[in-house]
Amino acid sequence: MEFRVKANLVTPEDLRRIIIRLAHEIVERNRGIEDLVIVGLLTRGAYLAHRIAKKIEEIEGKAVPTGDLDVTLYRDDFRTRLKQPEVQVTNIKFQIDEKNVILVDDVLFTGRTVRAALDALMDFGRPNRIHLAVLVDRGHRELPIKADFVGKNIPTSIGEEVRGKLTEVDHEDCVNLVEEVGEGN
Amino acid sequence: MNFKSGHLLGLEYVERDDIELILKTTKSFREILDRPIKKVPTLQGKTVVNLFFEPSTRTRISFELAEKRLSADSVNFSSSTSSVKKGETLLDTARNIEAMKIDMVVIRHQSPGAAHFLALNLDANIINAGDGAHEHPTQGLLDMVTIAEQHKTFEGLRVGIVGDIAHSRVALSNIHGLLKMGAKVTLCGPATLIPREIDKLGVEVSYNIDDLIQNVDVLNVLRIQLERQDSGFFPSLREYHNYFGITRERLEKATRPITIMHPGPINRGVEIASDVADSEHSVILNQVTNGVAVRMAILYLLAGGEHDTN
Repeated sequence: MEFRVKANLVTPEDLRRIIIRLAHEIVERNRGIEDLVIVGLLTRGAYLAHRIAKKIEEIEGKAVPTGDLDVTLYRDDFRTRLKQPEVQVTNIKFQIDEKNVILVDDVLFTGRTVRAALDALMDFGRPNRIHLAVLVDRGHRELPIKADFVGKNIPTSIGEEVRGKLTEVDHEDCVNLVEEVGEGN
Repeated sequence: MNFKSGHLLGLEYVERDDIELILKTTKSFREILDRPIKKVPTLQGKTVVNLFFEPSTRTRISFELAEKRLSADSVNFSSSTSSVKKGETLLDTARNIEAMKIDMVVIRHQSPGAAHFLALNLDANIINAGDGAHEHPTQGLLDMVTIAEQHKTFEGLRVGIVGDIAHSRVALSNIHGLLKMGAKVTLCGPATLIPREIDKLGVEVSYNIDDLIQNVDVLNVLRIQLERQDSGFFPSLREYHNYFGITRERLEKATRPITIMHPGPINRGVEIASDVADSEHSVILNQVTNGVAVRMAILYLLAGGEHDTN
């Protein structure tokens, strides 16, 4: 399938400012970093989580425990997908019992990934509360899930796709709105 | 994933890319075993039959745990308590079990090729858990996972396999897997227990354990089956131990530490000295833990669709 970039929604500068704002909002809502832990959803959510954690450390002068979560094994489409996603390694080296967990992902769409992440987190313990932080909320939820911290709300049509890119994996920082232009064009 | 066949019959038939994917996927499952709740919902609704025609404790428990940790439903069949006693053929047994609408079969059988035979005749995914002296692919894979935890690369790594090569499915799976990954494999044991022309697979053969110890990074010590003592392959267990037993004294002559592995069950004081089996260079229990993770990875990879490379 070929895709065409329709619009650039977030520039590297925008992304830098969004990370700063999200970091401040998270610390403000939590009234500091007591009991705060951050868990990013692999792959891009995890890199965002580490960027936010780094910014929080700059603000508060103290590191926040940060981990990576792979939700592949908790997805509800394992049986129906033709292609099987590669599993990655979850890395949560701290207790989440009684903690305030910030779950971080790049694009919030149907909410199914977040649903899987909530199930996965429950297998690690019983957090005090879980908040959701996303870089982009593009709408079209299929489950009753909502983000607590949003980088940017972007209304989209269902045929479009929102692609987040991060230098750690994609050699650039941006969010693009793309659309399919048909097979092999 | 290119397990195009949908089966794991032997490492001879698995491409290097797929071995790499299995090793990588195993890491994800190994992490689950350290969680407070060691279970994921991935294979909910899948049914796996463990078809064991030969006694096995470790492999069967390992498969069962792997199935349960992935939330699959599993049922066990052992030949000692079944219709096989009443004269049913393997094919009839398998067809009957498949008629109960199952998804995967794990088979351990005394005849080489039993797993292939089922793969040809059933629609279910077949996993070979040992077929005679042919292959034991999940053991080969778990050995490789354990080696990969200790050594940076397989490329040029020198692995010695010591013992009863002729009757060992573990040896053959290790040979196929390790050679594909670029390791150098040397077999060692009494000449009566090393098949002629096995060097055609691309392995070296040594009949002197002290020479071998000077030239390896990993030693995989195979079990000497006590029954073989009376079959004339070697004079006595004691003599075997004197000539091929892995002892601390022998290992101390090596210029650097050697990773010690054993597929179990161990005969302490025969193929391996007790203090070596328990030494800091022994990874025998890591092998057992990795066995569950590897089997979870295999079940996961076979149950899913075509592999997504994105």
